[in-house]
Amino acid sequence: MMNDLFRPIVTAEAPDKKPALHEPPRCIIKVKDLSAWYGNKIVINDISMGIGKQAITALIGPSGCGKSTFIRCLNRMHEVVEGGRVSGQVLKDGQDIYAPGVDPVDIRRRVGMVFQRASVFPAMSIFNNVASGITLTRFWSRRSDLQDVVERSLRKAALWDEVKDKLDQPGSSLSGGQQQRLCIARAIAIEPEIILMDEPCSALDPISTLKIEELMLEIKKDYTVVIVTHNMQQAARVSDWTGFLLLGELIEYSRTREVFTVPKDKRTEDYITGRFG
Amino acid sequence: MMKKSEQATTLLPGLRHKEAAARPRVGDRIFSKVTLFFALLIVLILAGLLIALNIDAWPAVQKFGLSFLTSVSWDPVREEFGALPAVYGTLLSSLIGLIIAVPVSIGSAVFLSELAPEWLCRPCSFLIEMLAAIPSVIIGLWGLFVMVPFIRNPIEKWLGSSLGFLPFFQGPPFGVGFLSAGIILAIMVIPIITAVSRDVMRAVPITQREAMLALGATRWEMITRAVLPYCRSGLIGAVILGLGRALGETMAVTMVIGNSYNLTPSLFSPGVTIASKVASEFSEASGDLYIGSLIELALVLFGITLLVNIIARLLVWRSISVRGGGE
Repeated sequence: MMNDLFRPIVTAEAPDKKPALHEPPRCIIKVKDLSAWYGNKIVINDISMGIGKQAITALIGPSGCGKSTFIRCLNRMHEVVEGGRVSGQVLKDGQDIYAPGVDPVDIRRRVGMVFQRASVFPAMSIFNNVASGITLTRFWSRRSDLQDVVERSLRKAALWDEVKDKLDQPGSSLSGGQQQRLCIARAIAIEPEIILMDEPCSALDPISTLKIEELMLEIKKDYTVVIVTHNMQQAARVSDWTGFLLLGELIEYSRTREVFTVPKDKRTEDYITGRFG
Repeated sequence: MMKKSEQATTLLPGLRHKEAAARPRVGDRIFSKVTLFFALLIVLILAGLLIALNIDAWPAVQKFGLSFLTSVSWDPVREEFGALPAVYGTLLSSLIGLIIAVPVSIGSAVFLSELAPEWLCRPCSFLIEMLAAIPSVIIGLWGLFVMVPFIRNPIEKWLGSSLGFLPFFQGPPFGVGFLSAGIILAIMVIPIITAVSRDVMRAVPITQREAMLALGATRWEMITRAVLPYCRSGLIGAVILGLGRALGETMAVTMVIGNSYNLTPSLFSPGVTIASKVASEFSEASGDLYIGSLIELALVLFGITLLVNIIARLLVWRSISVRGGGE
C-alpha cells in the first residue's frame, strides 16, 4: 500500500537520489552510517546526521519509521531490548560511544532520556524520584546535600511550585502531566549534556503539552534536546532542526523552518501536509 | 398517563425495574444458583469445622482457660496440658525456615526473571516447581537419614565451637531438633516463594527498568532500586505464602524435629511444633481432656495462621495504598 503510494514520487525524485541533508554548524553528536536491528529485522538503515549543540532537534515520521529506535541508539538503550543490535558510529564530542571499552552506564549518565509514558518510580517520594539518578553515583547522601539539586531540577522542570509542599508524597500521586515533568526533572538532575525525549507529550492533554514545550525551550539554553514526536505542530513550534524519517531512512534533515515551508523531498511534503502518516 | 404509571409502580413495586432489565435465561439462572451453592458450601465447611473443633476442645478450654497458652507442661498421666512449647517450636522453626529461604528464593527469582538467558530460565523454573511437588514424607525421610547426620556433624559441631557463646548454639548436637526442622521447612517453602516472586518481578513494567537504566543505573541498581521496590507488596505476599506453608507443615517436620516437649533457646535441642504434636499423639490420646487439649492446640495453630494472613493482607494493602494506584 505504502509502496504503491511512493512509486511515482520516487521516480520523480530519481535524478537526485541523495537525501536532502543539511548539518547544523556546531554538532555535539555526529552519527555515521548507523544501522540498527531487532533480531534480523532492520529498523534503522544507514543514517548519518549531526545533532546541533544547545538546540532542539525534532524527529518526525509515521509510526514504525524507526524514530524511537534511532534516539535509543544515541544513549545505548537500544541494546537493552532483546535482539537489539547496532552498527556504525555515534560520535559524541568526537568519541564513538559504541567503541569497545566504552561503558554504556557512563554514556547514559551523560545522555539522559525521557520516555513516552511517564515512568515515575511509584515506591519513591517525589523528592527521591528526582534524586534517584544522583544517588546512583553516591554510596550515601544526606537529604540536605540533595535539597539544592532537587529544587533546582524541579524549578527547571516548572514543577517546583506545584510540589514544593508535598515532596514526601509518592510520585504516583501526581497527575499525568506532572508525572512527565517529574521525569524531566529526574533526567535534568543528573545534569546530562543531552536529553532525549521519546514522544514526551503523546499521553498528555494540551495544557500539559504546552508546559512541556515551554520547558524544552527553557532548558535548551543549557542542554541539547532531541525529541521524537508524532505531532508536527509541536516539531514546528519548538525545534530548530527537523529530521524526517521514513522506513528506517533519513529522508530529509534541515532547519525546521525550511523543512516545514520548503521541503526538498516530495515525501516530506506529503507527510507534513497530511497526505499520509 | 403520569398517574397511571405511578399507580402501576405502587401496586407492583419493582416490576418496572424487572421489565427494564432483560430477563435472564433459564440456563444462566441455574448456573448462578449452582455456583452460589458451591460458594456457600465452602463457608459452611469452614464454619462447621470451627464449631466442631470448638465443641471437642471445650473440656480443655474449660479446665485450663488462658493458662493453656502459657503453661509448659504436657503430662497425659496427670492430665496437665499447656501449649507454649508447641507454639514456640512452631514459630521458631518457621522463622529459621524463612531466614534461610527468603534470601535464597528472592535471589533465585531475581536470577530467573532478570539475568538468566531463556534456555536456562525454563528448565530452572521447571525444576524449582518440581521441588514443590515432592511429597513431604519423602523430604522428611531424606531429611532424617541424609540431612540430620550431616547437620549433627559437621554443621552443629562447627556452630557450637565457633558461635557457642550465643544461647542459640549451645548444648549437645543432637541432629534432630529446631535447626533441622527449620532447614527442612526452608527446602519446602523455597519453591513457593521463588515461583511467586519470579512471577511478581516479571510483572514489573519494562518502562520502570528502562527509566532506571536511562538514569545511568547498572543492572544491579536497576534491580534493587526499580524492580524490587515496585513489586514489594507482591514479594511480601510471596513470603507470607511461604510462611503459611511452613507453619502448617506436619509430616517432614515431625520426622526431623525430635518430638520432645522443650522450651529452650538452643536450636540444637529437639522440640515440637503444634502440627507435629497433634500428628504424633492423636492416635494414642485417650480421655476427653487429652483429646480436647490436642484439638485446642489445633485451634491455636488455626488462630496463628489466620493472624499471619491478616497481617499479610494489611501489609500488602498498605504498600498498595502507598503506591497510590500509580501505573
